[in-house]
Amino acid sequence: MNYTGEHLLPGQLGHFFAVLSLVVSLVATISFYKSNKAVLPGEKESWMRLAKGAFLLETICVVSIIGCIYYILANHYYEYKYAWEHSDNTMQTQYIFSCLWEGQEGSFLLWSFWHCVLGWLIIWRVKEWRAPVLTVISFAQFCIATMLLGIFFFGFKVGHSPFVLLRNEGILDNAPFLHDASGNLSKNYVELLYRSGGSGLNALLQNYWMTIHPPVLFLGFASTIVPFAFAYAGLTNKEHSWTKAALPWSLFSVAMLGTGIMMGAAWAYESLTFGGYWAWDPVENASLVPWLVMVAGLHTNLIYRHSGYSLKSTYIFYVLSFILVLYSTFLTRSGILGDTSVHAFTGEGMNQQLLAFLSVFVWLPSFVESNKKGKITVAIIIAAIILLTFLLPETITPSLWLFSLVGFLVAFGIQVNRDKNIPAIHREEDIYSREFWMFIGALVFFLGAVIIISQTSLPVINKAFNQKMAEASDAEFSYNKIQIFIAIIVGILTAVTQYLKYKQTPRAVFYKKIAVPTIIALVASLAISIFGNIDYDKKGIGFLVAIHIAIFAAVYSIVANAAYIWIGLKGKMKNAGAAIAHVGFGMVLLAILISSSKKEILSWNTTGVSPLQNTEESNKITGTPAENITLFKGIATDMGKYMVTYSKDSFDVTDRKKYFVLHFKDKQNGETFTIYPDVLRNTKGQEGFSPNPDSKHYLNRDIFAYVTSWIENNHAEDTAQFRPAAMQVGDTTFYSNGLMILKKVDVNKPDVKGARPGETTISLDLEVISKNGRRYPATPAIAILNDSTMRSLPDTVVAQSLVLNFNKILDPKVGKMEVGVKENGAITDLLTLKVLLFPYINLLWIGILVMVLGTLLSIRQRVVKLRTKPVVARKPVNV
Amino acid sequence: MKKSHIAALILIGIAIAVLISSMVNVTAYETIASAKQKSGKTVTVIAKLDKATVQYNPAVNPNYLTFEAIDTLGDRMKVAYYYEKPYDMEKSERIVLKGKMENGVFQIHDQKGILIKCPSKYKDDPEAAKKAINQQAMK
Repeated sequence: MNYTGEHLLPGQLGHFFAVLSLVVSLVATISFYKSNKAVLPGEKESWMRLAKGAFLLETICVVSIIGCIYYILANHYYEYKYAWEHSDNTMQTQYIFSCLWEGQEGSFLLWSFWHCVLGWLIIWRVKEWRAPVLTVISFAQFCIATMLLGIFFFGFKVGHSPFVLLRNEGILDNAPFLHDASGNLSKNYVELLYRSGGSGLNALLQNYWMTIHPPVLFLGFASTIVPFAFAYAGLTNKEHSWTKAALPWSLFSVAMLGTGIMMGAAWAYESLTFGGYWAWDPVENASLVPWLVMVAGLHTNLIYRHSGYSLKSTYIFYVLSFILVLYSTFLTRSGILGDTSVHAFTGEGMNQQLLAFLSVFVWLPSFVESNKKGKITVAIIIAAIILLTFLLPETITPSLWLFSLVGFLVAFGIQVNRDKNIPAIHREEDIYSREFWMFIGALVFFLGAVIIISQTSLPVINKAFNQKMAEASDAEFSYNKIQIFIAIIVGILTAVTQYLKYKQTPRAVFYKKIAVPTIIALVASLAISIFGNIDYDKKGIGFLVAIHIAIFAAVYSIVANAAYIWIGLKGKMKNAGAAIAHVGFGMVLLAILISSSKKEILSWNTTGVSPLQNTEESNKITGTPAENITLFKGIATDMGKYMVTYSKDSFDVTDRKKYFVLHFKDKQNGETFTIYPDVLRNTKGQEGFSPNPDSKHYLNRDIFAYVTSWIENNHAEDTAQFRPAAMQVGDTTFYSNGLMILKKVDVNKPDVKGARPGETTISLDLEVISKNGRRYPATPAIAILNDSTMRSLPDTVVAQSLVLNFNKILDPKVGKMEVGVKENGAITDLLTLKVLLFPYINLLWIGILVMVLGTLLSIRQRVVKLRTKPVVARKPVNV
Repeated sequence: MKKSHIAALILIGIAIAVLISSMVNVTAYETIASAKQKSGKTVTVIAKLDKATVQYNPAVNPNYLTFEAIDTLGDRMKVAYYYEKPYDMEKSERIVLKGKMENGVFQIHDQKGILIKCPSKYKDDPEAAKKAINQQAMK
């Protein structure tokens, strides 16, 4: 059967490249491996030539696959499932790449692409170690290639091809509009499909961060394979000089992964309404933990280069960092976090395959480390795990994986510890040495990471041990209360350790140099503690004390490292990378402490709109939150420090956003500003809207607001009638939510709303009392001009959705009046708003920039060192 | 033994102790029936939203939402939440609720006490995709 309008060529091409990529990546893996193992230089060279050729083809394949998908997405070829799922006719062009990596296949491709880029950089720059390092990278490429295959082997589907057609996936079977009278798929179904459009990109993802955050984060993830591959190289070649060549790569990984994570934090802060930049969400933790371990590995690597200690820890940390990246891939892709994360990830049906590959990678270092007999054992373990993954029901695989991971850690730890080929120094290190404290710092960092990943793995542990444990009642605090101590230790260590020399430091010199920075830091942090009004006592006095100590640690880290550039390095900025990175780290810590402990909710409910059950006073006492404030269109509302007015809104068709215009006026100094939070209409198949905050930025704080709900008055539905009620002074009449009393009748009362000069007014002084005891005044009136024309001046009680009209005077003698009462579901447009104050948020962003800048400087420093000195294995002292 | 090894062992010991003590704070997943028995204790319940019972009137109180939730066993409970109504709540296929049962009402005082699981995942679910393709055609 042929269908008109189908574009099958890009899919066929893409599929061809996917299969080719599988083959050539395997060829590349084998040839790099052979090149590394070959003894004769000529043989080494010829294998290398073949390997490079295969890797070049592999790179071409990956780029071509991406090109094919891009072409399909950009042209809206909805006959392809990938295009239909991830794009839409109204899609803005800048989001086409975002559609590419919204899906799992696309994000694997992105990962694969970065492997290629990193691979070529290594082939070009790291001559000595490229064969073993590229062996690992090519093997990873092979694994990813199988993920994109979508071919059946013995009844088992290997991978998901991004080039499948909708009509082959059965998705069109139940769509009558695409079928002709006889029930067959219409010949021109593509055209019909085009008219109805694709599903589009998730509304929350239609954001410029979505175009930049995933590529950087994936570069960070991809780069963790390089130190892992170097560690493999060292283990397989039983030679450890790779630690020098690996340093710039670990630094690069730290910089990229750090940037990627913090871009996610910035995105969360700026455009998602998680209420901040960090929430200890499992998905955030899963990318933070590999970074922490990589930082630990980087530091032990430095220790080894300078003192000969900590080589074994370096192996373990580098291997673990990459494995934790794989573990987080599993966590986020398997859907196991469904009940603990706000991110809507699901399992996509290739868990088993993913797990099988993860097992191979996890056990690879152990395999390399084993002797012949051990290799067989490890191979059997890998085979058993893979077999069990496919044989056992899918619900058991997470526990299998947990056991596999823990099993590997124990096995590899023992192997590395026993390995005679890895030199270790058995002499005691000096307490006044940099390596001692740097090792302690790295270990604390690592243990902090272990605690975070253990807490995050709760759903996995539940599955493994058939438990029903849920997160602590205050999940964020369960992380904060532990990590604040890690921050204190690490903060102080980054300060002190800079002033220690490797191997041995004369005590007098150390104390003399560190005295001034210590005193400055003490004074500065005391000033912050005393004058900074940091009084976050919601979690008890102990935590408050910890916050103040941590502020000292952060300030100490900033001051001591900044001072070190002059005291220790005599102002040589070229070598100041590490010190600058540590200053940035201290700034990040300080910013986190201050911005979180001084975060304020500005929209505490202070309007006449009352909570149903509590009065505001008791709210404050019981701590019942009332974080949202209701704004009625055009009415200035008192919000503590500010008067806020919701003046208007508009809908922008191009970006499908509804903007609200909110005027803020500071009650004290009269300063005014306007902010424009918006809501974005969701893509098809998902009704509703997603909110998008807006902020007013100051140098030292952000006022951050987002619309939490809104009701539009639909005038067409306003069919409510005025219900007449005859009243005399003292009479009451009821309405659905309470009653009203006519207190008195005034003639020519001053300030009657809407009255013009020269008019005589008769106004009714009504008091509306709602069921919950709130009282609202209302003064509907009639205005008479020259005894001839009469106008009605109705009054409204917005909060009660009431319109009151003075209809007429029934009996002037007894003072009987007719009041018209109209109740309306939504008498005006209204919105509810949440406003937060984040102090010193800029310090966080600046701190991150400084940290990344410092790391990049360090890379430069290390690369220069590599260039100036020939790469020779440096014999560690006193082996 | 080297000083660094002793320090490392002490630190690892502390880390394990901290981990174990943090396990004390975990709550438990409960059914509605068992949550009712554990009145006053913070528990986590996975349930479905009864869409007809959602009451939220921002004109009266923007910080008060009530609804009823039903769990897989068919039990039902009233839930009170003291924040804004989460966006897209009605579309949820499943909600994770963390709070306390008090006087027969499940009280949620923590903003993160409601986690909405939306079927935005239909992208990966062929059955949902089949439905979606028809819905789109109607627009």
